[in-house]
Amino acid sequence: MQQTVPTHKKGFSLSRFMIYVSLWIGALISLFPFYWMFVIGTNTADKVNETPPALLPGSEMVRNFMKVMEQVDFFSALANTFITASVTTIGVLFLCSLAGFAFAKLNFPGKNIWFGLLLVTMMVPTQLGLIPSYMIITELGWLNDLKALIVPGLVNAFGVFWMRQYISDAIPDDVFDSAKIDGCSHFRIYWNIVVPTILPAFSTLGIITFMFMWNDFLWPVTVLTDNSIQTLQVAIRSLNDVRFTDYGMVLSGTFWATVPLVIVFLLFNKWFISGLTQGSIK
Amino acid sequence: MYREGAEQGLSPGLKRKWWTERKKEIFSGYLYISPFFILFAIFGLFPMLFSFYLAFQKWNGLGTFKYAGLSNLRFVLEDPLFWKSIYNTILFGILGTLPQIIVAIPLAILLNAAWLKLKGFFRMAIFMPYVTSVAAVAIVFSVIFSEQSSGIMNVVLSYIGLEPVSWKTTEWGVKVAISTMVFWRWVGYNTIIFLAGLQRIPPDLYEAATIDGARPIQQLWHITLPLLKPVIVFVTFLSTIGAWQLFVEPLIFYHRISGVREEAMTVVLYLWKEAFVNSAYGTASATAVLLFIIIAIFSILNLIFSKNIGRVN
Repeated sequence: MQQTVPTHKKGFSLSRFMIYVSLWIGALISLFPFYWMFVIGTNTADKVNETPPALLPGSEMVRNFMKVMEQVDFFSALANTFITASVTTIGVLFLCSLAGFAFAKLNFPGKNIWFGLLLVTMMVPTQLGLIPSYMIITELGWLNDLKALIVPGLVNAFGVFWMRQYISDAIPDDVFDSAKIDGCSHFRIYWNIVVPTILPAFSTLGIITFMFMWNDFLWPVTVLTDNSIQTLQVAIRSLNDVRFTDYGMVLSGTFWATVPLVIVFLLFNKWFISGLTQGSIK
Repeated sequence: MYREGAEQGLSPGLKRKWWTERKKEIFSGYLYISPFFILFAIFGLFPMLFSFYLAFQKWNGLGTFKYAGLSNLRFVLEDPLFWKSIYNTILFGILGTLPQIIVAIPLAILLNAAWLKLKGFFRMAIFMPYVTSVAAVAIVFSVIFSEQSSGIMNVVLSYIGLEPVSWKTTEWGVKVAISTMVFWRWVGYNTIIFLAGLQRIPPDLYEAATIDGARPIQQLWHITLPLLKPVIVFVTFLSTIGAWQLFVEPLIFYHRISGVREEAMTVVLYLWKEAFVNSAYGTASATAVLLFIIIAIFSILNLIFSKNIGRVN
């Protein structure tokens, strides 16, 4: 890039070598716990307590996973997590983009006040209403029901804010005006013009939401009190809750609960990181 | 209505129509934003206001509320465990956040270098921990920071000639173990945010500085860091708010809520224990109100701080 001023000679450069070394160390530290999960998850419990501890995968993969299945219904937890995360993601994409469209392109009295209120709600941590929220869910009869996880998450302030920014940048006002003159209804404009334009924003917000719902812990552990219905996070916690912890079994469950999301992440990695860097600070 | 139609220059036929374009737009606008505000009213605003009400009631989850005045607040404020949880939360916040920023900025600068090979791989690897759930992170790290001298962290310590540490039972062992979990999960995320900030700095600033003979370290000090300030403020803001909500890591580190030692007690854990273990919803809500006040003060301080920085620039 800066060819006018060569700051170093071609060939070996000590500082660059050191930079690569430190980046490799950083990458190894980041990836090691994933590898370690797999190592312990495929070894017997005794191997964890050996000195030095096992550093290579063992042969107990199947047996450890069978032990996981004895403790929790892994596949129904997987299904519950998948349903919760998918339905919420679809809801968030639809409702947040619709509201974002209204804030970006429609005119109605009090619009700025409502938008200001929306921004204020982003600063309020949800934990503060944890107990009354739990009471509402109890009143509705949604305790130990996936509805308790899905419905409160169907639309959020961050998503609306993000969609509004994206839509006001991506769609020029005259496109919107001419569609109106042609007699398109607002929903037709949203569906035929806005949605096809904001697909990149959909993919990023979709992955963020899916990931958040997949990993959420505090709320599921509060409203799913019965062992018959669990999400993966609640299930791996109950594995860890057993009095005499068999770490081979626990980490086997943890590993397989993490794998699906890692696959989703690796598939969408490019979109995700670039979308995050564009959208997070504006 | 007549005037409105005239202002918009609509044809005379439309003027007398009751269902005007203007009204349609208002209707659509409110219809489209209503799902958020309805859901927020039910699951956000109402619970929060109700927490304030509950903070002054005595209630064990069954039966009727009994007005309790300030006794809940007094109980919490006089409980040494509450103050210990505040102290711990602040310490976890500092130990988890500050090293993150110190590591994430240089890491982002390295990842932004034009000549770097395998850029995609390094960014992906460093971001991966963020994909892991907090529960999974806490389980893996509770094995890494095992009490036994055979625990992997203690083995590493013994290689460099240090004594094994009781990670779960000593004041600083607990602090280091839990802060490390927070650090590991978030440092990559913050690096990516800083990277985004770096990419926003116009490259011609560096070109001009290079032509003027500024050395890389001078460029870092006089261009990169000042222009990165708003992002640093943003990251600090989110991290401090997040730090007050620490809950999962200590809970899973000790397997179950009843096992959490006071060295690891955080404010949200204290709240959750009061409510869902002790069935003392009044004192739990009083804790929520106190937490709300603390976070509000921190947010305002952050806003004032970032406003001032904005003015300097």
